[in-house]
Amino acid sequence: MTAPRDALISAIDLHKAFGPTPALDGASLEIAAGEVVAIMGPSGSGKSTLLHCIAGITTPDSGRIVYRGRELSGMSDATRSALRRGEFGFVFQFGQLVPELSCLENVALPLRLDGHKRREAERRAASWLDRLEVGDVAHKRPGEISGGQGQRVAVARALVTAPRVVFADEPTGALDSLNGERVMKLLTEAARDTGAAVVLVTHEARVAAYSDREVVVRDGRTREVELMNR
Amino acid sequence: MAIGETFLGLLESRPRHGYDLKRAYDERFGQGRALAYGQVYATLSRLLKSGLIEVHGIEPGGGPERKRYAITDAGVTDVQRWLTQPEKPDLYLQNTLYSKVVLALLTGRPAADILDTQRAEHLRLMRELTRRKSTGDFPDQLICDYALFHLEADLRWLELTAARLDQLAKEVSA
Amino acid sequence: MTGPESLGDTDEPGIGPKNLGGADELGRGLTAPGRVGVRRWFADLALGGRLALSGGRESWTRTTLTAVGVGLGVALLLLSAAVPNILASRTERISARDDLRLSQSEIKPGDRTLLVSDFDTTYHDRGIRGRVLRAEGPAAPRPPGVAKLPGSGELVVSPELGKLLAAPEGALLRERLGGTIVGTIGDQGLGGPLEYAFYLGSDTITAGDGGARRIDGFGSQYEREGFDPVLLILIVIIFVVLLLPVAVFIGAAVRFGGDRRDRRLAALRLVGADGAMTRRIAAGETLLGTLLGLGVGAVVFLAGRQLVELFTISDMTVFAADVQPTLGLALLIALTVPAAAVAVTLLALRRVVIEPLGVVRHAGATRRRLWWRLAPSALGLALLTPLIGGVSQTGPAANEYQVAGGVVLLLLGVAALLPWLVEAVVARLRGGAVPWQLATRRLQLSSGTSARVVSGIAVASAGAIALQMVFAGIGAGYTTSTGQDPNRADLQFSLRNPAGHAASEAIAARFRDTAGVRSVTSYTTVYATGTTTPAGPDVPPAAGTVLIAGCAALLELADLGRCADGDVFVRQPSGEPGEWPGPGEEVLFGDSEDPDARRWTVPATAPTVAVRPDPMGNMPAILATPGALPAGDLRAGRTEIYVGLDPARPDAIEYARNTAAGISTSMSIYQLTDRQESTRFTTIRRGLYLGAILTMLLIGASILVSTLEQLRDRKRLLAILVAFGARRSTLSWSVLFQTAVPVGLGLALAVGTGIGLGAVLMAMVNRPVRVDWGSIGLIGAVAAGVVVLVTALSLPALWRMMRPDGLRTE
Repeated sequence: MTAPRDALISAIDLHKAFGPTPALDGASLEIAAGEVVAIMGPSGSGKSTLLHCIAGITTPDSGRIVYRGRELSGMSDATRSALRRGEFGFVFQFGQLVPELSCLENVALPLRLDGHKRREAERRAASWLDRLEVGDVAHKRPGEISGGQGQRVAVARALVTAPRVVFADEPTGALDSLNGERVMKLLTEAARDTGAAVVLVTHEARVAAYSDREVVVRDGRTREVELMNR
Repeated sequence: MAIGETFLGLLESRPRHGYDLKRAYDERFGQGRALAYGQVYATLSRLLKSGLIEVHGIEPGGGPERKRYAITDAGVTDVQRWLTQPEKPDLYLQNTLYSKVVLALLTGRPAADILDTQRAEHLRLMRELTRRKSTGDFPDQLICDYALFHLEADLRWLELTAARLDQLAKEVSA
Repeated sequence: MTGPESLGDTDEPGIGPKNLGGADELGRGLTAPGRVGVRRWFADLALGGRLALSGGRESWTRTTLTAVGVGLGVALLLLSAAVPNILASRTERISARDDLRLSQSEIKPGDRTLLVSDFDTTYHDRGIRGRVLRAEGPAAPRPPGVAKLPGSGELVVSPELGKLLAAPEGALLRERLGGTIVGTIGDQGLGGPLEYAFYLGSDTITAGDGGARRIDGFGSQYEREGFDPVLLILIVIIFVVLLLPVAVFIGAAVRFGGDRRDRRLAALRLVGADGAMTRRIAAGETLLGTLLGLGVGAVVFLAGRQLVELFTISDMTVFAADVQPTLGLALLIALTVPAAAVAVTLLALRRVVIEPLGVVRHAGATRRRLWWRLAPSALGLALLTPLIGGVSQTGPAANEYQVAGGVVLLLLGVAALLPWLVEAVVARLRGGAVPWQLATRRLQLSSGTSARVVSGIAVASAGAIALQMVFAGIGAGYTTSTGQDPNRADLQFSLRNPAGHAASEAIAARFRDTAGVRSVTSYTTVYATGTTTPAGPDVPPAAGTVLIAGCAALLELADLGRCADGDVFVRQPSGEPGEWPGPGEEVLFGDSEDPDARRWTVPATAPTVAVRPDPMGNMPAILATPGALPAGDLRAGRTEIYVGLDPARPDAIEYARNTAAGISTSMSIYQLTDRQESTRFTTIRRGLYLGAILTMLLIGASILVSTLEQLRDRKRLLAILVAFGARRSTLSWSVLFQTAVPVGLGLALAVGTGIGLGAVLMAMVNRPVRVDWGSIGLIGAVAAGVVVLVTALSLPALWRMMRPDGLRTE
């Protein structure tokens, strides 16, 4: 494997089972700072579980995850939560915005969870909404906007903390192609501008085409195809 | 590509010189491959003969490039008919990739690798197109999308085949 | 069951084939378009009922929740419906064993007569009902529950007293009662299962001057002290305060799981049910849950009433068998609860449009209007205001209906006003920390449910606060100053004493020998009436108590100056003529009608002295030394012994009581106290607190259910917030605030209304308005406790939801 020069995250030989079903069965992965990596694979291949593991949401049964030289699996839940608050951003397929909060408050939420003042958090949130071309829905609730707008609000929320890594799990899964393309374009451009790496789980090739390289997961194992990408 | 019908369509808005026609065609539909002059004039003379266009005026100086062509009523009818008639969907019942996979299975080579290699190649091309899309203008984006969707279709087939290689192996060896 | 495949745990909202529980049922149940009217109604209701049972885990969880919730409410309603019977049975038992024969004609001794004298006593703060019986013939009546009259020295005891006597703790009491236990009093002879009572056989008591009554049967129509109007109003209010929240709770229970039910109904619309049908199906589901709830309620009630026998409220216990709802009320419950449940369901669905592809809520569409929400309170005040100053303890019965109506309306006003208040206040809440923001925003979007549920707590608190104010206020009226002085003596013993002061001294001597007794003072008193004809027809004859004691004892009551045996002193006259006999007047001892009454002339030389009250607060008219009266029969004389006890000696009081019982079973014993509170109030107050706490717990349960439901609906969102690094504490606080804000507002409204209502009620009975902040604090603390409890109980669920599993969509 041609390891990226400065691995931001490296996951080595991850195993994870839910009950008797193995979701990950020896998955390995390295992510360099600022790169966009697509994790591809059929449904049920374990790609979401892989994302949850390297994002510190789930702990693998075995294997190591190293983020910037620190072992993730050795951290306490509180430390991992703090890490997710400060250095990671997340975009999911659907249902991620808090329905009672306005879009602006939703975007400001990660900053506020991390202890920022409301005024400052909302100022930064507003500028991110503008940047993702959804400044006009800032004071609407998630129920009052379209799916495409919602995903862009979610992208703004993922980027508002200036994270080192954005984890996106099927971010366009609930959108039509046109809206999906716009979300992907805005996400990857914004990530490149801020230097954030993006870990993108998708089963759509057109979405994966926004990445710099792809990792294929099949039956819980990553396949070595990076060589051929170069 | 139906060059004749495209010429008719371009002439419908106004009469043009042969050179004008070539330039307009290259700009919009050429995708980096310019028409040869010979092909332009061969097409034009075919259209003249069928009565779909007529010479609208000749500028002094002689030579074919000095002629201006205009569409006839029959030509308009022909464009109309061409545009409204659906294109026959292309069928790719025989393709090289399928043959490669079957041959790999028959000779005991790893077929999954073939598919993975192909996927990587497809994705490489898709990435390129995606990049071009983000820098190109709007017509460019549409053309890239056309290609991207086709490539995606191929990839879907790749995925499906990869998932059913065992079954295929059985069929092939039977 | 050949029902459809289980709904399973569908995490995603929305309608897929998975959600379509009971679709094939529907296929069978869908009514043909031609059939209309009642049959169709029933078909749809029945379909709803079937879906409630066979619609998979989702729907039977809902049905179970509703059934349990309604069941708890119904059990409480049944208990309330049993109160009339409890009181009636108790009264019946007590009057059946009554032995106060106030008959016109005197009963002659014979085969069928029985002598009874009271031997009530107190032991370690337990009141014990005691009677000494002596049969005058073979056919003497037996008290209810006594199989055979006890012979001399034999005891028949109640089960609870039997237990006490058998225990080491009862040693002194065994000594006091003496006798051997030969039988047990049956239930029909007891006021309650934990009552202490005994019958002691005797062959020495005598009728008339002996102190015993002669009766020829037990039981009487003797009218017991009825509740006065003020108490009656209080009781009515207590019932309102306790039952309104129960109604609120049942209303909430019927709505448990409503959101998910709506989504299932949407799935039914997809296969062709129309809007009216879905409403009927929903009504059918609710109806089934409620009917099951009635069953649960009956079971809970029957099981729960067995526990009733374990509780004693101020010496009063209740037989489980007496806890039996009145038939009429029980029928009323059985009919009203399901009807109200269906009405609530249909009412709730009015704001919801169930479309085939989803559920549309008209939440923000209609703004809550203030005016009609104020109407009940205004009407209630209008009913109560005219009564201000119109109800007194002794006056004519107040219009209970008007009072009850006013109170009910005022309290309903709390329930009506609260949703508006919560909405209005919450809409103005801005900013704050993240948990606060999450909670207030959530309430802004839908405060209706929490406000409805909390209104139960608000009604209970408002009522409890008002009642507490009334108790504190009226309590002063019922807590009487006795005029007694417990500093001078702890106990007073009194006994008929026709024999003269020497007998009193003999009794005093026995008390002096008793362990734990520090001081003994003995008096002999006799009531004397002047024989001089009064000055006018309206002037009563001069009369007063003659108190006989040695000089030392007399000195405690007056500054005598000089005293020797044979002296008599007269209390300084107040100035009004003929109050009590003066020096030189002739008096009769005892009953002036008695032909044998002794006559005595107050010595003309008797000096007048300033007299101070005895420890019981009575003022004797004449103080005499024993030598001043001729020895012999005093007729109506009484011995009065004042005993001071050694506070350091435990059980001193029981030793003194034992001594008294050793002298005579009919010696009456009085514990001196400076203040006395009507025990009915303590009972009612204790009942109120207990009821308020129970009610709040019940409401807390329904808040818990809706909180858990809401958490379950937001499983995915919670998981996503966790992914973003939200701390447990952040989300826990948000859950706490979400409950605490409506409860806090409800409590504020309740305090306002409670104080207002209390003030009106106080004005009604002409008492100064005084706010009892202590009890308001207590009620606030109970409400806060409920909030904390609900939050604490929902935390495990919250934390479970916060696991990343919620993110898994594959």
